[in-house]
Amino acid sequence: MKFTLSWLKEHLQTDATTAQVVDAMTMAGLEVEHVEDPAAKLAAFSVAKIVEAVQHPNADRLRVCQVDTAQGRLEIVCGAPNARAGLTTVFAPIGTYIPGSGITLEPRPVRGVVSNGMLCSAAELELADDSDGILELDGALAVGTPAAQALGLEAVIDFEVTPNRPDWLGVAGIARDLAAAGLGTLKDPSVAPVKGEFPNPITIRLDGSDACPAFSGRLIRGVKNGPSPAWLQQRLKAVGLRPINALVDVTNLLSYDRARPLHVYDARKLTGGFVEARLGREGETVEALDGKSYAATPEICVIADGSGAIGLGGVMGGESTGCSDDTVDVFVESAWFDPIRTAQAGRTLTIVSDAQYRFARGVDPEFVVPGLELATRLILELCGGEPSEVTLAGELPGRRPAFDFDPAYVKKLSGLDVGEAKVWSILEALGFERSGSKVQAPSWRRDVEGKADLVEEVARIEGYGALPADPLPYLPTPAGGVLTVRQNRIRVARRALAAAGYEETICWSFTARATAQLFGGGDDRLVLSNPIAADLDCMRPSGLPGLIEAVGRNAKRGFPDCALYEIGPVFAGDEPGDQRTAVTAVLAPHAPRRWDKGPAEGLYTLKAALYALLDELGAPTANLQVAQGQASPWWHPGRSARLQLGPKAVLAEFGEIHPATLKALDVDGPVYAFELWLEAIPEPKKKAVKTKPALTLSPFMPLSRDFAFVVDRATAAGDVVRAVQSADRVLIAGVRVFDVYEGPGVPEGKKSVAVEAQIQPREKTLTDAEIEALSAKIIAAAAKSAGAALRG
Amino acid sequence: MTDHSQLESDLTAQIAAAPDAAALEAIRVAALGKSGTISGLLKSLGSMSPDERKSAGPAINGLRDRVAAALADRKGALEAAELDARLAAERLDLSLPAEPRRKGAVHPTMQVMDEMIAIFADMGFSLAEGPDIEDDFHNFTALNFPPKHPAREMHDTFFFNPGPDGERKLLRTHTSPVQVRVMQKTNAPAPASWIAAGQEPPIRVIVPGRTYRQDSDATHTPMFHQMEGLVIDRNIHMGHLKWTIDTFIARFFELPSVVTRFRPHHFPFTEPSAEMDVQCDTSGGEVKIGQGTEWSEIVGCGMVHPNILRMCGLDPDEWQGFAFGFGIDRLGRLKYGMPDLRDMFASDTRWLEHYGFSAFATPNPASGLS
Repeated sequence: MKFTLSWLKEHLQTDATTAQVVDAMTMAGLEVEHVEDPAAKLAAFSVAKIVEAVQHPNADRLRVCQVDTAQGRLEIVCGAPNARAGLTTVFAPIGTYIPGSGITLEPRPVRGVVSNGMLCSAAELELADDSDGILELDGALAVGTPAAQALGLEAVIDFEVTPNRPDWLGVAGIARDLAAAGLGTLKDPSVAPVKGEFPNPITIRLDGSDACPAFSGRLIRGVKNGPSPAWLQQRLKAVGLRPINALVDVTNLLSYDRARPLHVYDARKLTGGFVEARLGREGETVEALDGKSYAATPEICVIADGSGAIGLGGVMGGESTGCSDDTVDVFVESAWFDPIRTAQAGRTLTIVSDAQYRFARGVDPEFVVPGLELATRLILELCGGEPSEVTLAGELPGRRPAFDFDPAYVKKLSGLDVGEAKVWSILEALGFERSGSKVQAPSWRRDVEGKADLVEEVARIEGYGALPADPLPYLPTPAGGVLTVRQNRIRVARRALAAAGYEETICWSFTARATAQLFGGGDDRLVLSNPIAADLDCMRPSGLPGLIEAVGRNAKRGFPDCALYEIGPVFAGDEPGDQRTAVTAVLAPHAPRRWDKGPAEGLYTLKAALYALLDELGAPTANLQVAQGQASPWWHPGRSARLQLGPKAVLAEFGEIHPATLKALDVDGPVYAFELWLEAIPEPKKKAVKTKPALTLSPFMPLSRDFAFVVDRATAAGDVVRAVQSADRVLIAGVRVFDVYEGPGVPEGKKSVAVEAQIQPREKTLTDAEIEALSAKIIAAAAKSAGAALRG
Repeated sequence: MTDHSQLESDLTAQIAAAPDAAALEAIRVAALGKSGTISGLLKSLGSMSPDERKSAGPAINGLRDRVAAALADRKGALEAAELDARLAAERLDLSLPAEPRRKGAVHPTMQVMDEMIAIFADMGFSLAEGPDIEDDFHNFTALNFPPKHPAREMHDTFFFNPGPDGERKLLRTHTSPVQVRVMQKTNAPAPASWIAAGQEPPIRVIVPGRTYRQDSDATHTPMFHQMEGLVIDRNIHMGHLKWTIDTFIARFFELPSVVTRFRPHHFPFTEPSAEMDVQCDTSGGEVKIGQGTEWSEIVGCGMVHPNILRMCGLDPDEWQGFAFGFGIDRLGRLKYGMPDLRDMFASDTRWLEHYGFSAFATPNPASGLS
């Protein structure tokens, strides 16, 4: 919503400057977005008078002028046909930036004559699209008067109107709040009716639906339409509206002045002697004033006459009955359209007009008839004519019921100590009516429904700056912190992965549906009907695609070496329980070659980070099964596995991403990755105390024994390790693989897996015979569980 | 008495000249071995008279001790020289690079989220969470957005296609739906163990999470992070809200003074409603808080609307309180100076390295927040 200071002063007696108005608005809840100040933009330009203008010696179309300016008398070369002695115009000195032409003036000779500045056209000041010559101003203006002042240009204040305050869509409504806030005195907004000279010959019909509960109108006969006067045109232009003709301009003026949209019909173009507000009918169309044709469906309110639908009620009038310069008899409409239906019509038709915007937010029902009277006054003033009586069809929506209000509630809810008298005076200034303990909100405040609303009214007018700052009452924080186990695991995962060398990133929760399908998602229920972009139309089933695509983007920028992670939601369905928290990481190693020939990072680097993370999160890593080849299809089938406690307790998947998946995402491999689901990690049993179990340190030296087993090539080394471990769970403290070998010395189709068993004697030093017996048990267990034979 | 001085000086000279351990050992065997010269002298003591022995004994034993000591000294010197030579050969070029450990980083938005959680936890707030895919009831209706009201349009909501029952799910436009989940006591359990269940007042929770609106420019992204706060008790008023926000801002920005402005606004779910701005300077591609003349909005807040309390089964004449909603990314931008919010979601490793935080920068009251 835009307005100017002079417009505000039509309703508010005040000496406030634009800056003071802006400040008062902000602190009263009217959020100023922008102030466009032509005085600042045109600061360098001022009024000048041409004293003499003679033909340029070297150019037919140029004149050399002697000009009285703010800098004294200067010689200026001018090409405008209207540059003549005695003309009062606008002058720009050397060094000025000319907004309309985008150049900065330099002291350069023009065909041999130096020009000491420039005389300007309206186009050069961006006041018009094009101009025939330099500006011609009132000769009474003093030389040196700032151009903005001479041209009557004012600062335009643009602010955001919250949906609860349709009354702020009129300058008079803004004035009311500013007056209450102490910025000035409100001028009487009342409108005296204009007596009708004859009965209204045009019948107004309503269809009884909710679309238009009340419709008032009157005919004004014998008007003389045409361009509206300069003051009205300037007022409209200042807020960005285009003057059309006097009748239309009056409706636009009142839309901005009183938040009262109106419509004017050329009465001679109406058919059947009636207008009707009703719901549209299938197949009906309206040719609207914007030159487009709209389908008037049964959800949309139309205005019809004997010829059918002629306008979109509350949204836009029709082309066929619009007012032109030839209009002689005008029918003026002031109606109340249903806000919800009007809002929907705006969405369906994709029209946001000043009228639609106001009706959708709810205009003041009690100003329907006064608005018509005010429009009548202005039309009679500008166009003459003879008004009929006013017809009001239907019933205006009533006010919300009055409610109980105790001024002490202001203190209870806001903490502000405002005296009772002040509470009432603020409410009265805003138009609230008090009767006993009850308060009745004014008709233009349909947003007010209870006592909390009144506290806001008092507090914002009193000023939020006056609010106390009272510490929250003491609330003991729970012993052991406020985070749940899961919430704390998120923090731990974040820090653990960053410490492991991964960079955290945040990817969109949505991805392309085709991408989601690559990762087992893409369900209909997870497709957005209005995505921000076509490739972000589906909720992601996994964190992997976002990270893999991030690897690709970084590689394309020349940074292919990436280790990234993300902790965020993934979606298996649209129910709340379908959302899980995934911890996802990718490793795309492209580090430079190493001088020490050390091992490159690979899948086992990532596996180490994953296991370290699982340990930090308290997952039972020792019991995890590595279910190889059972991971989802977007993984390399031979180089991926699930980590699970059982088939239904899958904690994570990890491995190398399938080359076909990478190709579909246009990313070069290899890319190693894991995804773990935080909620799948069992939570530890709650313990009453944090004491750790007592530590018993063995006094006996540990010893180790090496075993080289030959197993089938397909046998997992993990199975050999588990078999060895199972031989004696008390004495065997750990088993490590230290060599895996295939080749000469090992039969075809087999491999050698060498492990070292750490043996920790528990109660006494082991004898050689006992160690031998244990070795035999290990060999037997490996043979039984992993089909392993001791390598000869 | 025989003079051994010649023997001693010969041996001493040989020892000093021994080039290596083997030569030295040969000298030792020749002098102190079973049939060595000094061993022979020691044996000769047995055939001497007591008087002779009295004078020759100490002389020969002394000779033996001095030669043995000379041998030991020389052995030590040879070993030391050998070690020196070996170590000299073992020189490493320490200017060669050690393979660097990957340097990870915490995303600034997540760092800011952890910072905020640390501050609010200290003020007695606990964490509540809810789903990103919400229904109309929790996102709008229960929060006092009347059906079809224009206020809903301001949220630029992402919708899903209608399901078989005609219901259209949506992506939550704010974290406020969790307010309803926290305040509304129901008989049914929460849909998942991590989703907030209804609780009795007094309530003091924060709700961090992802939120979504159809918007994209330098200061808006279609997905962003919010942190909701909710305090419900018997006598909580706007003064407590102001204190909470003021205290948070001072602690969060870690600056001696941050200029703020608390001004009225409108939200359907609060009455009265407010927004707070902080003064900052955004010229020159950096955001500097505590400087300049611009105002940047950082929080929307207000007293929980009585309709919401009633909807959740709380009597507004008994319980009242406030709610607030911070933009986490926006706060991060103001504190750490990122010019464009869209970069937060671009996963550019150069950006992550520059604006990210060390794993060890865990916010805590002793060290500060970052």
